[in-house]
Amino acid sequence: MTAETLFASLQLSVPELILAVGALVLLMVGVYSSERAAPVVTGLSVAVLIVAGLWLVLNTGDGEAYAGAFLSDPFAKFMKVLALIGSVTVMIMTIGQARAAQIDRFEFPVLLLLATLGMLLMISANDLISLYLSLELQSLALYVVAAINRDSVRSTEAGLKYFVLGALSSGMLLYGMSLVYGFTGHTGFDEIAAALTAEGRSLGLVFGLVFILAGLAFKISAVPFHMWTPDVYEGAPTPVTAFFAAAPKVAAMSILVRIVIEAFEPVVADWQQIVVFISIASMLLGAFAAIGQRNIKRLMAYSSIGHMGYALVGLAAGSMAGVRGVILYMLIYMVMTLGTFACILAMRRKDGEHVEGIDDLAGLSQTNPFMATVLTILMFSLAGIPPLAGFFAKYFVFVAAIEAQLYGLAIIGVLASVVGAYYYLRVIKLMWFDEAKGEFARAASELRLVYGLSGLFVLGYVLIGGPLGNAAEAAARTFF
Amino acid sequence: MTDWPVLSAVTFLPLVGALLLLLMREDSANGRRNILNISLLTTIVVFGLSLYVWYQFDSSNPGFQMIEKHEWLGTGISYHLGIDGISVLFLPLTAFLMPFCVLASWVTIEKRLKEYMIAFLLLETLMLGVFVSLDIVLFYVFFEAGLIPMFIIIGVWGGKDRVYASYKFFLYTLLGSVLMLLAIMAMYWQAGTTDITELLKYNFPRQMQTWLWLAFFASFAVKMPMWPVHTWLPDAHVQAPTAGSVILAGILLKLGGYGFLRFSLPMFPLASDYFAPFVYTLSIIAIIYTSLVAMMQSDIKKLIAYSSVAHMGYVTMGTFAANIQGVQGAIFQMLSHGIVSGALFLCVGVVYDRLHTREIAAYGGLVNNMPKYAVAFMVFTMANVGLPGTSGFVGEVLTLVGAFRANTWVALFATSGVILSAAYALWLYRRVIFGALEKDSLKTMLDLSTREKVILYPLVILTIFFGVYPAPVFDATAASVDLLVNNYAAALQAAQDVALSVR
Repeated sequence: MTAETLFASLQLSVPELILAVGALVLLMVGVYSSERAAPVVTGLSVAVLIVAGLWLVLNTGDGEAYAGAFLSDPFAKFMKVLALIGSVTVMIMTIGQARAAQIDRFEFPVLLLLATLGMLLMISANDLISLYLSLELQSLALYVVAAINRDSVRSTEAGLKYFVLGALSSGMLLYGMSLVYGFTGHTGFDEIAAALTAEGRSLGLVFGLVFILAGLAFKISAVPFHMWTPDVYEGAPTPVTAFFAAAPKVAAMSILVRIVIEAFEPVVADWQQIVVFISIASMLLGAFAAIGQRNIKRLMAYSSIGHMGYALVGLAAGSMAGVRGVILYMLIYMVMTLGTFACILAMRRKDGEHVEGIDDLAGLSQTNPFMATVLTILMFSLAGIPPLAGFFAKYFVFVAAIEAQLYGLAIIGVLASVVGAYYYLRVIKLMWFDEAKGEFARAASELRLVYGLSGLFVLGYVLIGGPLGNAAEAAARTFF
Repeated sequence: MTDWPVLSAVTFLPLVGALLLLLMREDSANGRRNILNISLLTTIVVFGLSLYVWYQFDSSNPGFQMIEKHEWLGTGISYHLGIDGISVLFLPLTAFLMPFCVLASWVTIEKRLKEYMIAFLLLETLMLGVFVSLDIVLFYVFFEAGLIPMFIIIGVWGGKDRVYASYKFFLYTLLGSVLMLLAIMAMYWQAGTTDITELLKYNFPRQMQTWLWLAFFASFAVKMPMWPVHTWLPDAHVQAPTAGSVILAGILLKLGGYGFLRFSLPMFPLASDYFAPFVYTLSIIAIIYTSLVAMMQSDIKKLIAYSSVAHMGYVTMGTFAANIQGVQGAIFQMLSHGIVSGALFLCVGVVYDRLHTREIAAYGGLVNNMPKYAVAFMVFTMANVGLPGTSGFVGEVLTLVGAFRANTWVALFATSGVILSAAYALWLYRRVIFGALEKDSLKTMLDLSTREKVILYPLVILTIFFGVYPAPVFDATAASVDLLVNNYAAALQAAQDVALSVR
C-alpha cells in the first residue's frame, strides 16, 4: 500500500477515525479524572458523535478504501447518518437518567462510542473479514453495556444471556464465512459475486449462506433467532434498551442488505426463500406473542421483532423498490422506537420510582395529555395506521413485495399487522379510556424534546415524505 | 371556474379549527363556551364552503372538476383532488351534519369537551378528504385514518361497553381495509399509476379484476356494512355518543357505497357483472333478515342500527344493478339515509338526554307531553319507512326500479323489505310515542328546547323537501352517472365481443 492510497483510505474513513480517537481520548479523560466525570464524558461523547456525523455528511466522498475492505457509498452514508442519529439521541436521553438507572459511569458513553464505531464500520464493510471484525467490535461493547448495572441481578443476567447467545451466533456467522470462503476462494463481496456468477453455486456455499444469514438474523432479532430479545430488553437498564432497539438494528439490517444484494446477488433464489421465511415468522411471532405482555419493554421487544419482519418484506423483494422500502422502514422505525423509549424513560412516579408496567399508563391522557398524545400517535404509527409515518413505511415494503409477486408474504404481512394493531390499541385504550391510577413526575426536558420531535416527525411525514423518499431512492440506487 | 384551491380549503378548514381548539382551555364555563363556539363556527363555515362547491359545480360536465394536483410522495403518488357528479353531493352532506353534531353535544358532553371537538373536526377533515381524493393512495389514507378519531370517540365518550365496541369497530374495519391496500398496490404495479383518473381508463385483465374486486369488496362491505359482516355496527352505534352515531350512520357508512361507485363498478366492470348475483343475494338477505332482527330489538339505537343495514342493502342492490335508475337511486338513498338516520339518532339523543336509557320499554305515551317531538320523530320514521313525499321514498323506489330492470326476482324480494321496514319503524313509533303516559319518570319530561328545535326542524324540512322535489340531486349527478353506466355497459360489450371473436 503506497502512501497515497493509504492517505486516500484514511480520508474516506475520517468519521470512523474521529470516533475511534475520540473514544480513546475520552477513556483517558475518564480514567484520570474524579468520580464525577460521567456527565462530562457523556457530553463530550455527544460532541464527538455530532462532529463525526457532520464530517460524514459534508466532507466524505465515495469510494473503496483499505484495499476493498471498506466502502463508502450513498447507501452507507445514509445508514451511517441514521445510526449516528440513533446513538446521539440515546446518549442525550441518558444524561438525566443515568443516575436513576445506575449507569452513571464514564465507561458507559465510551462503550456506546465504541459500539457506534463498530456499527459505522459494519455498514461500510465490503469484505467478510471487515464485516466480522466490526460486528464483534459492536457486539462486545453491547454485551458490556447490557450488564453495566452490576448491582442488578436482572441486568447482569441480561448481559450474560446476550453474551452467550451472541457468541453462539458469531460462531455460526464465522462458520458460514469460512464455508463461503472455502467454496468461492474470496472474502470480498464483489469477488464472491463474481465467483458465483462464473462457477454457479455449490451445496457448501448454500450452507455457508444459511449460516451467515442465521448469524445476521440474530443481530436484527428476527425469528427464529429472537429468543434473547425480550429478556435482554427487559433486563437491561432502560436507556440501554433504547440504544439496543435503535442504532444496532439499523446497522445490522444495512449489512444484511449489502451482503445479500451484493455478494449473493447471483443466488437470489436461495436467499430469497430464507428471507421470506424469517420475515413471515417474525411478523407472526411479533404480532401474537406481544398480546400477552404486561411489561412495556417486553412489549417493545416483540414489537421490534415484528417490525424487523416487515422490513425484511422489502428485502425479500430484492429489487430497488424493496431496498428503498427497507431504508425508509429503518428510518421510520428508528424514529418511532426512540420516541417510544423516551416516553418509557419518562414513566417515573413522583417519588422517583421507575415503572415499566403497561397498566401504569392508565389514564395518562388526563394526567399528562402531551405525553399521552405523542405516545398515542406513536402507537398508531407502529400499528401502521395512515396518515402516520408507520403506514408509509409498511406501504413501500409491501408495494415492493407485490411487485416481486410475493403475494403470500404480503397477505400474511398485512394480516399480521391487524393482529399487531390489537396490542398497540391496548396501550392507547389504557391511556384514554381508563381512569388514572397515579401520576408521573414531570418528564425531563430532554425526554420531552425527544418524544416531541419524534411525534412531530411521525405526524409530519406526509409533508416531508417526498424529499426523504428521494434520498432513500438515491441510497438504494447504489446497488442497482 | 375557481382558481383558488377550494377543495383543499373545504377539506382542511376543520383541521384549522382543531388546531385553534388546541390552544383553548376548558376549565371554566367561558372556556367551554369558547370551544363550542369555535367548533360550531368552523363547521358552519365549512358547510357554507361546501355549498359554494356545489354551486360552482358544473353539472353538465361528467368528468372531474376543480382539480388540484401536486407531486407528493414520489413513486407517482400525488396530492390530487377533484370532484365529479358522484362525489360532489357528499361534501354538503358531510358538512351539513357536522354542525348538528356539535349542537347535539352542546350540553351532553361533560368531560373532555376539547378533545371531543378536536376528534370530530379531525374526523370531518378525513371524511371530506375521502370524497375529494383522486389518488388512490391518498384516498386510502383518508379512508383509513378516520378510524383513529372514531376509535377515540367511541372509546372515551361511549356507553358502558364502549371498549369492546371500539375494538370491534377498529379491528373489523382494519381487517377489511388492509386487503384493499394490497389490491391498491397490485393495481399500481399493473397500471403503473395511482391516479384514479388514469385507473378509470385502464383495462384490468379479467382474472385480475376478480381478485381486485374481492379485495375492495372486503373493505367496502365491512364499511357499508353488508350482511354478514355487519355485526360491528350495532355495537358501535349503541355505545357511541349521539353525535358519534350520527356521523357513523350519516357519513361513515356512505364511504363503502361511495367506494363501490368510484372503484368497483367502473374499474372492475367484468368482475362486478360476474359478482352481481352474489351482491344481490347479500343485499336481499340484508334487507329481509336485518329488518326482522330490527323488529325484535329492545334498544332504540340498536333498532335504528339494524334498519341502517337494511337500507344499505338497497344501496348495494341499486349500485350493482348498474343502470341509470339503480345508480341514481343508490346515490339518492345514501344522501337521504344520511339525513334521515342521522336525524333518527338525534331524536334518540333527545329522549336519552332526559331519561338516560335507550330501552324501548322505558318509554310510552310521549305524545302527551312532547307533541313537537312526536311530530318530528314521525316525519323521520315515515322517511325511514319510505313513505311517498319523504326523501326515503325516492331512493328506495329508484333502486327497486333499477333492480327490476336487472332482475325481477331481486326486486320482488327487496320490495318485501319495504313492508318489513314499515312494521318495525311504526311499531317502534307506537311503543315510544303513543299509548298512555303512565310511567312517572316520563311525566316530567319537557318538550323540545330551542337548541333541539334548531337541530331537528331543518332536518324535517329537508326530508320533506327532497321527498317532493329531488331534482337538485339528480341534476348534479346525472351526467356522471350516465358516463359511469355507459362505460360499464361498453366494457361488458367489448369483453363479450372479444369472447365471440375468439370463438
